[in-house]
Order: sequence, then structure tokens, then C-alpha cells
Amino acid sequence: MSAPLLSVRGLTAFYGDFQALFGVDLDLARGGCVAIIGANGAGKTTLMRTICGIARADQGEILLDGAPIHGLPAPEVLRRGVAMVPEGRKLFPSLSVEENLQIGAHERRGNGAWTLEAIYDLFPVLKERRRNPGTALSGGQQQMVAIGRALMSNPEVLLCDEISLGLAPVVIRDIYAAVPRIREAGTAIVVVEQDIGQALKIADHVHCMMEGRVTLSGRPSELSREAIHDAYFGVTHDLA
Amino acid sequence: MIWLDTLAQGILLGGLYALFAAGLSLVFGIMRLVNLAHGDLIVLGAYVILVMVSVTGLNPFLAATLALPVMFGFGMLLQTHLFNRVLGEDILPPLLVTFGLSVVLQNVLLETFSADSQKLSMGPVEAVGVPVGPVTLGLVPLATLGSAVAVIAALNLLFYRTKLGRAFRATSDDATTVQLMGIYPARIFSVATGIALMVATLAALYLGARANFDPTIGPARLLYAFEAVIIGGLGSLWGTLAGGLVIGVAQATGAAIRPEWQILAGHAAFVAVLLFRPRGLFPRAND
Ligand SMILES: Nc1ncnc2c1ncn2[C@@H]1O[C@H](COP(=O)(O)OP(=O)(O)OP(=O)(O)O)[C@@H](O)[C@H]1O
Ligand SMILES: [Mg+2]
Repeated sequence: MSAPLLSVRGLTAFYGDFQALFGVDLDLARGGCVAIIGANGAGKTTLMRTICGIARADQGEILLDGAPIHGLPAPEVLRRGVAMVPEGRKLFPSLSVEENLQIGAHERRGNGAWTLEAIYDLFPVLKERRRNPGTALSGGQQQMVAIGRALMSNPEVLLCDEISLGLAPVVIRDIYAAVPRIREAGTAIVVVEQDIGQALKIADHVHCMMEGRVTLSGRPSELSREAIHDAYFGVTHDLA
Repeated sequence: MIWLDTLAQGILLGGLYALFAAGLSLVFGIMRLVNLAHGDLIVLGAYVILVMVSVTGLNPFLAATLALPVMFGFGMLLQTHLFNRVLGEDILPPLLVTFGLSVVLQNVLLETFSADSQKLSMGPVEAVGVPVGPVTLGLVPLATLGSAVAVIAALNLLFYRTKLGRAFRATSDDATTVQLMGIYPARIFSVATGIALMVATLAALYLGARANFDPTIGPARLLYAFEAVIIGGLGSLWGTLAGGLVIGVAQATGAAIRPEWQILAGHAAFVAVLLFRPRGLFPRAND
């Protein structure tokens, strides 16, 4: 196997005295897709925020193409090629849909595939609504803006934190339909997802987190429903 | 007739107050920083112009163009090394720091330039009057109002039509999430304060042309600026212009009734507007 594009090794993170991550490992291949599942409070968002530089790692390392990126400020991590779709979408209310997309290209990397036109091609409904304030859209459309905004920097790695949260199944399907197209354009993806079925469908590799640790990982085909269920809810068979 | 003249004088004076207020409004809008040293920074701008005049022998208008980049740089430094260190969840530290800066600036100016009052002499243009309908208006006050409108229009263009303006608005919305766009909020804040001090320098030019100034007059200018910003609605630049005009017209009207009522009438208008529109004339939707 060739060296991973993104590699997380032994990552620990704290909120004050509270330890949220305990030695997390993660590998993402170039153009690959990894899903992270886990119950509320498992530490998925903390992991994403630490990778993208918004939160600080306490120990461990994060390598992008072999070069350490832990300890870099978030804008520099973005410049190196890691973009984030944050939990809760976090659109800028003062900006129109189009401006929300444009600001994603504030630090555009090279002449990649992702232009305004390419985003409108991926999510046609956004073009119709481009003059609206970003926050005047439906939840699904806002999520599309958040994904498009992150893509506008032409990232090598796209981190997506719960992009299906609070959306209807048909809308989730529309949004996940974009994932293969994003991968075809050469961007590797990490998705944080509570919807286990969705995660198994799109990822080449699934990690299940519980209480700050990765408790199970493997290819979707290797993982049984039972094993995932156990890892997710912390059931151990010894006790059962 | 006399009332028309009073109204016109008030509007022109309002232009000056809008210039005082524009920089304050800009900084508050972007970083929620209430800069209590803003008035003293305007006075500093007036002294910088004065120094440029005496060094180069230029007319104050031209000297101000030299002062603009100096004040921009000073604003960047101030924000980078002082204000950015104290900005955060708690609003008290920045208030205290800008208050301290106000005191420091006044004392430095006193030590450097003494308490003597100064004026920026514009030369013969000061006496030029322009007949506008039934009233005659001074050329310099007209230029003041014209500059205020131009500054507000330019700031609006900057805010709503440029990449930097987009970054200003986004940073104001969410200083954490903009970092995911490759933007450093601290740098955005520094540029904003640099721009605010350029506007303050323009205000200083017209302040010094209109009346005498000395190192102690900053806090009163801050008060007018503050009232204009609040009357207009926090974060709205056109609102700030309107707020300046309201105070200017109120002061001119008060003075026309009894000269010693000028300042009082301005403050009374401020209170009156707040009684009926507590969030100002043009409040921003998402504040
Ligand atoms: N700002 C914070 N301060 C203190 N503790 C926090 C903070 N953010 C998260 N935590 C704690 O860290 C742990 C991990 O939280 P995190 O948000 O990473 O979980 P998550 O897996 O993303 O959960 P969810 O599915 O609800 O989004 C939780 O126990 C949470 O209470
Ligand atoms: Mg989360």
C-alpha cells in the first residue's frame, strides 16, 4: 500500500482537564473515503477540529503527505490542502449564497477542478438561489453551500462533519450523491456520520469511535452489523 | 430663512460628526470593539497633519495625504500589538485598554505639543462661500460633508463589492469559521483599524480646519461619534452618516435658540432617538 495522504498518529486532545481524544489513529489514502461513526460525545468533532487546526492536539501527530501539520494555525492547514465542512454548517449570515461560496476560494490552491460553475453543476439549486442570503435556504441547501464553500479552495482532503444532520432521507441521498463526484475530482474525504448505513455505503474504510477512542475499524465488507452495534454502544460480550 | 440657514449649517456640521463616527462604526461593526481612544486618535491625526505641514510647508489638504499612510500604519500596529491581545469573549479588557490608550495619547500629546491650541490653516479657501439657493455655505464645510458622504460610500463599496470587504463581513459574523477559509481574523482586524485611522485622519483635517484643537478635546469628539453610531444603528455605515446629521442639526438648532444650548441639544436628540428607536434608526438584522 502506498503512503497515506493523511495520517493521524496517537492523537490526544483535551478541553481543559477533560480528555476528549485518547491516542486516535487514522489513515486516508489519496482520493479515498473514510467514515467515522460513533454516538454523541464520542469525540468525532474534536478529531475533525484538531485535524483542521481549530483545536490543538496535546500529543500525537498529523501528517499530510508526510509533512507534519499539527500545531499549524487553521488558515495554514487550509493552505496546505485540508478543508472542512464544519458541524452545523456555519454559513456566514451576512453573505449571499454566492459570496459564501466565493469566500471558500479566498485562499484558492492552484487551478483545480472546483470553480463556482463546477459547484453550481454539482448542486444546481444553488445557482437559482445564489443571490439569497446563505441562511435563507433550507437545511439541505445550506449543507450544499457549506460543502461547496469548502471545495472552492480545491482541497486535497475534505473533512465533513455530520453533513446529514437534521435532514430528510431524500435530501441526504442528494447530498451523498455528490461524494463520488468529489472523489472523482481527486479530493479525498473524511465523513463523520451518525447514519451507519450511509457510512458503510460510501466509505472504503470505517472507524467507529467511543469515548475518545477508535474501538473498531475496517472495510465496510469486513464489518458485521453486530460488531458495529457493539462498538457503537459500548456493549462487551464478556459482560453479556 | 434663518431656519433654513440653521438647518444647512447643522447638516454641514453633521458631516464632520459622521466623519468622526465612521471609523468607530467600522471597527465596532467588524470586531465589536468599542474604541474609547477614537477621539484621541482623531486628535493625534490632527497633530500628525500639523507636523507634516510644518515639515513640508504644504497646505493641510496635501499634508493630510502624507498623514494618511502614517496613520494607517499606526492603526495596524496598534491593532496587532495591543487590541488583538485583549479581544475575546470578555468585553471588559478591550474597553480598559482603549481607555488607557486614551489617557496615554492625551499625555503624550500634551508633553510633545503643549496645551496650546492649534489650528490647521487652510489659507484663502476658508473665506470662500458658495451660494446654494437662498443661503451661502462655506466651501470647507461643504467639502467636509462631501467627504463624509464619499467616505461612507467608499466604505460601503469596500464592504459589499470587494474580496477584502467579504472577508470583513465574514469575520464579523464568525471569527472561528473564517479561519477554515484561510483567513486570519487578527490580520483582518489590523487592516480594519488601519482603515479606521485613515478615516479618523480625514476627520482630523476638517476638525483642525474648522476650529482650534488641543490635546484634551478627544473625549468630547468620541462622545459625538459614539452618539452618531448609536443613533444610526450599530454596524450600519449609512446609519452612521444619518446619526451624524441628526446630531449636527440638533446642535445647530439648539445654538440658534440659545448659543449655550448647542451641546445639550445634541445629547437631547440622542436620548430622544433612543427613546423611540432603542436600536437606532437603521439597526442591522443579525445583531
Ligand atoms: N468546547 C468544549 N468544552 C468542553 N468539553 C467539550 C467541548 N466540546 C466537546 N466537549 C466534550 O468532548 C467530548 C467529545 O465531543 P465531540 O463534540 O467531539 O463529540 P462528537 O462525537 O462530535 O458528538 P456529536 O455526535 O454529538 O457531534 C464530549 O464529551 C463533549 O462533552
Ligand atoms: Mg460532533
